Amino acid sequence: MDYSFVPTTCPYCGCGCQMFLEVLDGKLVGTEPVKTAGMNEGKLCIKGWKVHEFVHSAERLTRPLIKSDGVFREASWDEALGLVAERLTAIRDQHGPSALGFLSSARCTNEENYLVQKIARMAIGTNNVDHCARL
Amino acid sequence: MTNSIAEIEDAACLFIIGSNTTEAHPLIAHRVFKAHDKGAKIIIVDPRRIQLSLIADIHVRPNFGTDVALINGMMHEIVAKGLHDREFIAQRTEGFAELESMLGRFSPERAEEICGVPAATIREIAHLYATSQPSSILYTLGMTEHSHGVDNVKSLANLAMLCGQIGKPSSGVNPLRGQNNVQGACDMGALPNVLPGYQVVTNLGVRAKFEAAWGASPLPAEVGLTIPQMIDGLIEGSVKSMYIVGEDTALTDPDTHHIVHALESAEFLVVQDIFLSETAKLADVVLPAACWAEKDGTFTCTERKVQRVRKAVEAPGEARPDWMILREVGARLGIPMNYDSPQEIFAEMASLSPIYGGISYQRIESEVLQWPCPTPDHGGTKYLHKGSFGRGLGLFSAIDFRPSEELPDEEYPFFLTTGRHYAHYNARTMTGRCPTLASEYSQAITQMHVNDAARLGVNNGDQIRISSRRGEVVSTARLGDIVPEGAIFMDFHFPEANSNVLLGTSLDPITKTPDYKVCAVRIEAA
Ligand code: SF4
Repeated sequence: MDYSFVPTTCPYCGCGCQMFLEVLDGKLVGTEPVKTAGMNEGKLCIKGWKVHEFVHSAERLTRPLIKSDGVFREASWDEALGLVAERLTAIRDQHGPSALGFLSSARCTNEENYLVQKIARMAIGTNNVDHCARL
Repeated sequence: MTNSIAEIEDAACLFIIGSNTTEAHPLIAHRVFKAHDKGAKIIIVDPRRIQLSLIADIHVRPNFGTDVALINGMMHEIVAKGLHDREFIAQRTEGFAELESMLGRFSPERAEEICGVPAATIREIAHLYATSQPSSILYTLGMTEHSHGVDNVKSLANLAMLCGQIGKPSSGVNPLRGQNNVQGACDMGALPNVLPGYQVVTNLGVRAKFEAAWGASPLPAEVGLTIPQMIDGLIEGSVKSMYIVGEDTALTDPDTHHIVHALESAEFLVVQDIFLSETAKLADVVLPAACWAEKDGTFTCTERKVQRVRKAVEAPGEARPDWMILREVGARLGIPMNYDSPQEIFAEMASLSPIYGGISYQRIESEVLQWPCPTPDHGGTKYLHKGSFGRGLGLFSAIDFRPSEELPDEEYPFFLTTGRHYAHYNARTMTGRCPTLASEYSQAITQMHVNDAARLGVNNGDQIRISSRRGEVVSTARLGDIVPEGAIFMDFHFPEANSNVLLGTSLDPITKTPDYKVCAVRIEAA
């Protein structure tokens, strides 16, 4: 039996509560507030207490999908990423960089947001990058 | 936020406007309760009878979309009675003369005519805010999600500067960020006008710095498109392709039919997400992402504090962390992406963003760091604008009142306003799959005043049809006195009764934020 607590930050609202994820044999089984965190002082709201429940949902995406003739089929990472790179490059070459737009996410980490804007600006050459803060 | 969350409990007066704090930010509301216990005066400005209004010293319920008039009326009274902070205004601000002359036309009586709050009450809250030491303002999307959101926010800044209630502990203008990492996404430059650390793309020197560090050929110099502009671009055909990371755009943007149509018109749509969201269903390629519990990284919360996200479990199947997917996409598009870990990405970002310059994974293991934190020996910043503002002097803006774009009329006689519910989060991509939360609150409801319901013959729990100029939805009526007469409140958590179908696309002229808070609707028994 492998049992551990992993300290992390709640993924829901901007309060940034600190929590421990309770892991049993590679599965999340519970969430506990961090008692020493100045922000939440050992408390969480109902969303935080139950946050582990969605992680192992059977509806999670597990394979890249490519749509052909209106239906999705599973694909390898190599094929999916190859198609993405090929189509983005072709659209940029044909219509210019401002024909592409990137939408980053307030749910992603800082590091991921940094990479999205770097790809938009450096690889494509457009400032068409936004996220849903204004929404 | 200009202040830290913990500072809230030491304010002498909290002016909370457009924030249903107990539902949207429960653990910030906790500090509001603590402040109340310590004797703080609580002023709630919200048309709805929200939970915090139960502990409020004064609850004012302005007409929808009239906050600017209310705040101008308060400022008129503050100046008329000489309660403003003359020293702060002289030393720290500019533009006061213009504000003062505009306020001359904004007596509390005139404000009352627009916002419906009695002039005597406007005077009372003006005195309470101006004379309590210290006072602090808290607000959220209730202020910004308007077609005149910028006016609202500037008016709050005016009020705080007028009274010198900013730039000190427990005193400032505090937007409470809705999503966990909205702050971080902005800080990282996921915006069309700024590179990481709010460095503007139109500045040659800024671009030169990033070009040198990245080894990039010239970076684009013109400000890019915002989300609503990209959506319009898709329909017009000027935008051909979108790459969407972890956003259910189809469900969470206003005017859903318009968005779905736009995304369907894309020549090539990539969506990277953890579930097959409504947006992902429209994609040409869907890339399966790891969720937050399956990866390492950092979030920056609403008080500008950088905190770790740590991998606890493996991602399902072949799903990968977004940073790994992006690393591969970048590399295939021909740019160097030599990162072995999120820590290396963070270090590169921090070296280019002065506000993050002194923050590192090593330091946040043991220290609480809030930006700006420019150097490794800097202890971070608990509250902003001490001594000076980002631009030097704080600028007053004389803001006149503009009504909302769409007001109720004979055909659509009700105000619709929207928001979130305590058990759920946006489109419920995650919370809808937490069995405990799903059972807590499993269907869309619409709050309606009992008197309106009696007039329309609607009983509690009845199905009602709600229509606007853009679409219609069916929802369940919950009667009470939370909303004022003539208004209904809906959440945006459920696709089958998504209020975004009803909302308009009138945008704030500056931020292009859609008007989520006010539109006109008609109600019939379904
Ligand atoms: S536990 Fe609740 S209050 Fe705390 S960050 Fe998560 S959602 Fe926000």
